[in-house]
Amino acid sequence: MKAIITVIGKDQVGIMYKVSGVLNEYNVNIEDVTQTLMQDYFTMLMLVKIDESKTKFRQLQDALEDMGAENGLSIRIQKEEIFDTMHKV
Amino acid sequence: MTIYKDVLETINMLERENLDIRTTTLGISLLDCFDRDHKKASKAVYERITSLAENLVATADSVADDYGIEIVNKRISVTPIALAGADNTEDWMLYAKAMDDAAKAVGVDIIGGFSALVHKGATAAEEAFIEAVPYALAETDNMCSSINLGTTKSGINMDAVMKMGGLIKKTARLTKDNASFGCAKFVAFANAVEDNPFMAGAFHGVGEPDAVINVGVSGPGVVKTAISDMEGASLDEVAEVIKQTAFKITRAGQLIGREVSSRLDIPFGILDLSLAPTPAVGDSVAEILEVMGLQRCGAHGSTAALAMLTDAVKKGGIMASGHVGGLSGAFIPVSEDERMIRSVQEGCLTFDKLEAMTSVCSVGLDMIAIPGDTSEETISAIIADEAAIGVINNKTTAVRIIPVYGKTAGEIVDWGGLFGSAPIMEVNSFDSGRFIARGGRIPAPVHSFKN
Repeated sequence: MKAIITVIGKDQVGIMYKVSGVLNEYNVNIEDVTQTLMQDYFTMLMLVKIDESKTKFRQLQDALEDMGAENGLSIRIQKEEIFDTMHKV
Repeated sequence: MTIYKDVLETINMLERENLDIRTTTLGISLLDCFDRDHKKASKAVYERITSLAENLVATADSVADDYGIEIVNKRISVTPIALAGADNTEDWMLYAKAMDDAAKAVGVDIIGGFSALVHKGATAAEEAFIEAVPYALAETDNMCSSINLGTTKSGINMDAVMKMGGLIKKTARLTKDNASFGCAKFVAFANAVEDNPFMAGAFHGVGEPDAVINVGVSGPGVVKTAISDMEGASLDEVAEVIKQTAFKITRAGQLIGREVSSRLDIPFGILDLSLAPTPAVGDSVAEILEVMGLQRCGAHGSTAALAMLTDAVKKGGIMASGHVGGLSGAFIPVSEDERMIRSVQEGCLTFDKLEAMTSVCSVGLDMIAIPGDTSEETISAIIADEAAIGVINNKTTAVRIIPVYGKTAGEIVDWGGLFGSAPIMEVNSFDSGRFIARGGRIPAPVHSFKN
């Protein structure tokens, strides 16, 4: 299953490191990353592939959100399917 | 950078703008449960509902978890129960209890379908059913009732309309300890639809299969945000943005609905995109009208703005889903919309303006509290007016009105939760009694020569 992770927050050292740490722990493969700074805010989108037999989506979601909360980042993960259905005719 | 825009827009819709799947409603046919032995039949009703809906809540919750979109309500609608053919209140109560108990057993929020279709005439059983409705509403917790009183094809059954005033007043009296809340669970319809997933008016029509999943999506906050930075844009531009937004919301609902349906192995029926407000701040239909440029909902121009909104929502929704049904449009329930409540309190939104707006919204006079001493005939006359708007204009209209026992105009009543609180609205105090007492039927309207 593919999902899109969004990370938004004040730019700081080690954001990539921390996010990919969680993904590594949950066996999630990163397929694509784009990032930018919008008015001092670090904004990153990640396309990831989740092996559903090994990782429960909900647990990964909780882990990312918890890590985000600890570091002042807003981290969200959603299935790619949702963006496709909503934004493509 | 469109990917950023699309992704961030979706995240914002879900997190800040209250986009949610308002309801997943499982429609269940009870036609083969009915029997002359009403104890046996009501038991069969209980068993049918509990067996088919056993996994509804758990499945809907698991889909919501997997997609990160909340499914706020899990509900059941059943075949209009008046078809069971009982002839006394005691027997009708067996069915009411069976439905209510079944809803509690499977953990759904509400069950609808304690309903009768009497738009052309009522059988003896349906007459007895109408007598039983107030008791059924008073003695159950999660059960909703509706009665269809007219259709464009058959006209309006004014004999039945006459009885609605008494039914509603009696319900108000029987539930007076709870601010007459029983009336909030009852809808008087014209042109009722068979696949509506929204309460209190949902029932599973006789033209429907054994079971079906209907999904209701909402999101007034999303529409409001989408048009809020369009200051000065022309109305066709605004309509276009509303349409596109409705498309996106509907697509999200369709995805979730199909997933619930496939996991339950029950066919997907329809998707109903209705902008349905909740008392939460930012989840208001009236606020959309304000953003369009009206100082308050209820000001002159409100009917035009609401007409455009409802139509644009329908257009976007129809494009997005293979099967759009139900009521699809915009709801204007007073007590459930904080901006509408404010408008009433400030004297901007009156009962008469609300009635005008119902001719272009997707339902009708919804969740309106009126003085407890309003006469039965006046309530019947309000329902007759609303039914006429529906029948003549070939649309669904409904009345969900609460004559709050012991309260007078200007006081506030609070039901809590999704139902919100409402200021008691003044109604016209002149008498309509002799008109209502005539009874009979208003003939079906002509479908040509429309001017």
